[in-house]
Amino acid sequence: MYQYDAIDQAIVDARVAEFREQVERRLAGTLSEDDFKPLRLMNGLYLQLHAYMLRVAVPYGTLSSVQLRMLAHIARRYDRGYGHFTTRQNIQYNWIKLEECPDLLADLARVEMHAFQTSGNCIRNISSDQFAGAAADELADPRPYAELLRQWSTLHPEFSFLPRKFKIAVIASETDRAAIQLHDIGLQLRRGEDGALGFRVYVGGGMGRTPVIAKVVREWLPMADYLSYMDAILRVYNRHGRRDNIYKARIKILVNDLGIEAFAAEAEAEWAHLKPLGRDAPEAELARIIAQFKAPALVAEAEALDLSEPDFALWLARNTHAHKVPGHRIVTISLKPVGGIPGDASAEQMELVAELADKFSHSEIRVTHSQNLVLADVRSADLKALWQALAAAGLGSANIDRASDVIACPGLDYCTLANARSIPVAQEIAARLAPVEAELGELKIKVSGCINGCGHHHAGHIGVLGVDRKGAENYQLLLGGSGAEDASLAKILGPGFDADGIVSAVENVTKAYLALRSDPSERFLDTWRRLGADPFKEAVYGG
Amino acid sequence: MADDLHLFALRGEPADAGPAAALAELAEGSNAAAARLEPGDDPRALLPWIGTLRLIEIGFPKFRDGRGYSQAQILREMGFAGELRAVGDINPDQLQFLLRVGFDSVAADAPLDPALVSRTLARYAHVYMGAADGRAPAFTERGRAAG
Repeated sequence: MYQYDAIDQAIVDARVAEFREQVERRLAGTLSEDDFKPLRLMNGLYLQLHAYMLRVAVPYGTLSSVQLRMLAHIARRYDRGYGHFTTRQNIQYNWIKLEECPDLLADLARVEMHAFQTSGNCIRNISSDQFAGAAADELADPRPYAELLRQWSTLHPEFSFLPRKFKIAVIASETDRAAIQLHDIGLQLRRGEDGALGFRVYVGGGMGRTPVIAKVVREWLPMADYLSYMDAILRVYNRHGRRDNIYKARIKILVNDLGIEAFAAEAEAEWAHLKPLGRDAPEAELARIIAQFKAPALVAEAEALDLSEPDFALWLARNTHAHKVPGHRIVTISLKPVGGIPGDASAEQMELVAELADKFSHSEIRVTHSQNLVLADVRSADLKALWQALAAAGLGSANIDRASDVIACPGLDYCTLANARSIPVAQEIAARLAPVEAELGELKIKVSGCINGCGHHHAGHIGVLGVDRKGAENYQLLLGGSGAEDASLAKILGPGFDADGIVSAVENVTKAYLALRSDPSERFLDTWRRLGADPFKEAVYGG
Repeated sequence: MADDLHLFALRGEPADAGPAAALAELAEGSNAAAARLEPGDDPRALLPWIGTLRLIEIGFPKFRDGRGYSQAQILREMGFAGELRAVGDINPDQLQFLLRVGFDSVAADAPLDPALVSRTLARYAHVYMGAADGRAPAFTERGRAAG
């Protein structure tokens, strides 16, 4: 993975010093909370219901075992012994003291980590495919291109005060594991007609209050010029994006208002100005970064697995994916035990995963947007030992992409924006459906505690949205969303429910699906697409 | 705090170019040596005067409104060689960005602490991307080191 040189380290160290001074000014009272707010937000620090919350960047979701151990240390030293992995592959700490925050950032900097631009109206952490570098279906490892974007976007002088936040995702296969069509910019690595690498560029996707699937703004963007093209899109957005209404300030609204053709023409015109200015990184820089993502030397071998133990066989089937090198698997570690908080990990669990990564997966860990962890390069012969160690620590849930692998935002238990609790509803749904999830097959359930949609409810096969209805928590039921390559937006089925009612409604949807599917290989999403809302409405609300 | 800074240079000396004309006044034939852009104005509309203006003020009515950074950057790309001044709600923590996109001076609504201003401007010894200030981005520095 990428390792800092003296320049990268100097920039992160300077940031720690800058933030330390900002906190000192705030604590001394020479900086008002109003003036401090945008500064702390640029550095991932939110004021939540009970304490400050710090969001730490995990660039494109990749961590070394050294970094994961530091995240465990931070959980123990500055928080209450745990951290929360997020839907953008980052980690959040919910119980941070402002006066300790500079020391925390200094600890992070010691392991080449930071909280640059993890919030605020700027370019956020670049996300990517959690199987990058290992997936059998990828064209190339997408992370070097994401790393170059990380550098390009860090303290960008022209784009640090955008109308609203800006999220970019990069993938390199036809299967989309990073929801690129629900990002402000989605980049898909492809080969052009001449065989050279470049990108298909999507723009204007997003969730939140106004969910939109991104549109293709450029079918083919040459690799040599992609940074200047990003500058062009951002400049059009910075100049023309709405600033009068926070709910209409994302680029998706601008793209919709102008139309994709007019937006593309504006971007092309701006690019014509920018391209000759030498803003693009030279080929040598990309080569330097690519060299650091060199795949581990894995030896192809025949896979011989002892499947006599049913629990292991089940975990193997659910939680591992094909690796590009025969005799190896990509392992997803579920952070969704039934009864747990989705995405939470204790310091002890983080340390165990770091140790297992050292032992079995070349000391590297990935965070997924589904709030799980990945060991990407595990020898099949080691899977049994890995599974035993995980299961002994409560990390052995065999439920990836199944009903109990629920995505949930922090909700009203932590968040100032929330209207309703997400975590207890997610827990209740998981508990109710876990006994039948084998039968239900792939089923992605996503819970948000307010319309901002951090729990990705729009992209859920089943989505749950908590709202405030006359002072009471009320939950809407949405069906048919997908954040994958077949992206679609979930639709509200009908009137909302209270917390108990929504769990039963979700259960009734799954019962109806089992009765309606054409055969067991038809996923819930496909049954929904084939039949539409009516039979599900009847199952939930009666005839 | 008599020494606090209202009008000050990020580099060079602030010019005295007389009152600034709005875009509409220039279009009506004003021969002012200074112009003023508000956040919604198109900087490319200044093209006819780009060689004669000595000063262009860019308004920041709210520091959260970042359109002025693009306006400044575009004016430098157009070849404007006079003084660019950021006017309005300016915080010390913005100065490094203002300097990078081509501003020469600041006229701040609220005075700024000179010590903080100089620390802020010297904060980052390296930058990752090119901008109007011409500083070498990290990839250029690395190329030199390797070259």
